[in-house]
Amino acid sequence: MVHPLDPGVALRILRDMIRIRAVEEAIADRYAEQKMRCPTHLSIGQEGPAAAVGAVLGRQDLAVSGHRAHAHYLAKGGDLPAMIAEIYGKATGCSRGNGGSMHLVDEAVGFMGSTAIVGGTVPVGVGLALSLSVARRPGLVCIFIGDAVLETGVFYEAAGFAAVRKLPVLFVCENNLYSVYSSLEVRQPAGRALAEVAGALGLQASSGDGNDPRAAYGLLKSAADRVRNGAGPQFVELATYRWREHCGPLFDNDLGYRTEAEYLAWKARDPIPRLTEELRSEGTLDPAWLATTQAEIQAEIESAFAFADVSPFPDQALAYADVSSWEITPFP
Amino acid sequence: MGDHAIPLMTFAQAVRDALEVALEQDPAVIVYGLGTPDPKGVFGTTLGLQEQFGADRVFDMPTAENAMTGVGIGAALGGLRPVLTHQRLDFALLSLDQIINNAAKWRFMFGGRRAVPLTIRMILGRGWGQGPTHSQNLQALFAHIPGLCVVSPATPADAKGLLLTAIFGEDPVIFLEHRWLHGAKGETPAGDHRIPIGKAHLLRQGGDVTVVASSILSLEALQAVDHVAAQGAACDLIDLRTIRPLDWDAIETSVRKTGRLLVLDPGHETGGVAGEIIARVTSRCWESLRGPPRRLAMPDAPESTSPALTQGYHVRAEHIAAAIGDLLGRPLESASLSRRDHPHDVPGNDFQGPF
Repeated sequence: MVHPLDPGVALRILRDMIRIRAVEEAIADRYAEQKMRCPTHLSIGQEGPAAAVGAVLGRQDLAVSGHRAHAHYLAKGGDLPAMIAEIYGKATGCSRGNGGSMHLVDEAVGFMGSTAIVGGTVPVGVGLALSLSVARRPGLVCIFIGDAVLETGVFYEAAGFAAVRKLPVLFVCENNLYSVYSSLEVRQPAGRALAEVAGALGLQASSGDGNDPRAAYGLLKSAADRVRNGAGPQFVELATYRWREHCGPLFDNDLGYRTEAEYLAWKARDPIPRLTEELRSEGTLDPAWLATTQAEIQAEIESAFAFADVSPFPDQALAYADVSSWEITPFP
Repeated sequence: MGDHAIPLMTFAQAVRDALEVALEQDPAVIVYGLGTPDPKGVFGTTLGLQEQFGADRVFDMPTAENAMTGVGIGAALGGLRPVLTHQRLDFALLSLDQIINNAAKWRFMFGGRRAVPLTIRMILGRGWGQGPTHSQNLQALFAHIPGLCVVSPATPADAKGLLLTAIFGEDPVIFLEHRWLHGAKGETPAGDHRIPIGKAHLLRQGGDVTVVASSILSLEALQAVDHVAAQGAACDLIDLRTIRPLDWDAIETSVRKTGRLLVLDPGHETGGVAGEIIARVTSRCWESLRGPPRRLAMPDAPESTSPALTQGYHVRAEHIAAAIGDLLGRPLESASLSRRDHPHDVPGNDFQGPF
């Protein structure tokens, strides 16, 4: 189903997908320079869900995420130079170098944090929603998760509490079929649909194709509207696929944990040309806009990497400064 | 009682009083945990608070310790000051991921941009068959984690003052409450009474031996120190109040004066806080020491459920008095301290179970 989508929203989604992919490819291209010295999980191939979520969320909405969070951070409006500088371990990074690729934060735009333990931010997101509820503040919390999060106990615990309190939470599950190199077949019994599991927990659940950005937007928008209308927590599962290795800049189909044919089938479902073609055939995409957009994005990326490159490293004297305000005399 | 007399409260009442003051002071304070609003009110520490402050701010929770800790972290990031209570420390072990990977590290891993003002009360069980998984004091485990503060009060006034400081602080606090202290009474200042975290309390002064204690062992030590004082052995008794950060100044100043150190540890001996204190003192105060420091800790074994097997398990006043005598190289009378009017597995005759 093609969602009746405002052309402005569709172009925003397309632009965000192009931008996210360009940023990720720039990271991949430069990774061998050894200046980005941290584990880095790229979102190439699965830009669709992130960009669609970005178009659904407002400025007052909050988001948390996990280890593969670049796309989520960027789609929520996170500062690009601060992200690249963070991956470079620089003082100008969004976490001043302490976090790296897996710890992104930009509270100014409501991106409240991504962390490196699978499922780790799920209850944090629910707690943020609790704070909105207690303070009677508007907005919702988007909790980005992957398929593996439905194997962690903390998801069940947190989802249950969100349902009990009818908290304003939107779970967005990007199902890319793999947890590192382990396929869903070894992690879930045959025939189990993740959305049905979520539904049984009291989350109103739906699922769709994350690589069809307009369909994804439709599901997400409906779910977000239900949250805003007080219906309680919602769960949207979006099928998608990571093109490159679990962690790092390379392709890894040679390892044999998945087939080249599977990869090629998903690559044929690339969300970016798909939406580009749809908009072009509908006459809402101006070729000049596309060229200008790509040029703007490339310039922005060059500038972000230059910023990261010339930024200073954090001061060694402050290495332990941010542990705790309670530490009067640090342990020797 | 005159107008200016300091009210007498039990430890449990003092905890409840601190929670009431905090809830009154700041609408951002929320109090939750399994059983928080139930008829027993977590040993009386939360009784009536839901009626007083509403179910939005004082509430029960699913038996989901890990998620509910993360919920507290998220709520704190959203501007609240959550107080989460576990009726036993042992239950909180299910939440170590959220405590260690998120609460303790949020400030650090996001470059000091945001801290997590979350207070986690954990109640320490003992005796009456609490057994292997309802009686653990794992203070050393939490004190091992950078980013955590561990508080372990011994008196009602300290419980109130330290809890208020914890709730209104910037960073997470593990607040250890000994179940046997809940019924203990003491003068407890009214209102917003706060005690700084990281400052020990010198309960007794004396030049012969430094005794370092915390939680219920501070009360056992008080009995022992007063008992040996009557025999001419004068001790500094330092009640740590806070396990991390430790008040090293108080300990080192005392050891440089006395040259003799006895550390009491309510946790297991191996890898314990007493070992940490002794290591630090021997490396920094070596020249002041007149002999090897000594520690009394719980055995490196779980606590049995059978009362027959817990007779010698805990450090009591008589053991402390005898150890002080050992450090001084002269026998001190200690056996009379072991004569109690109640069985060894309860804090007093008014405690008749079940937990």
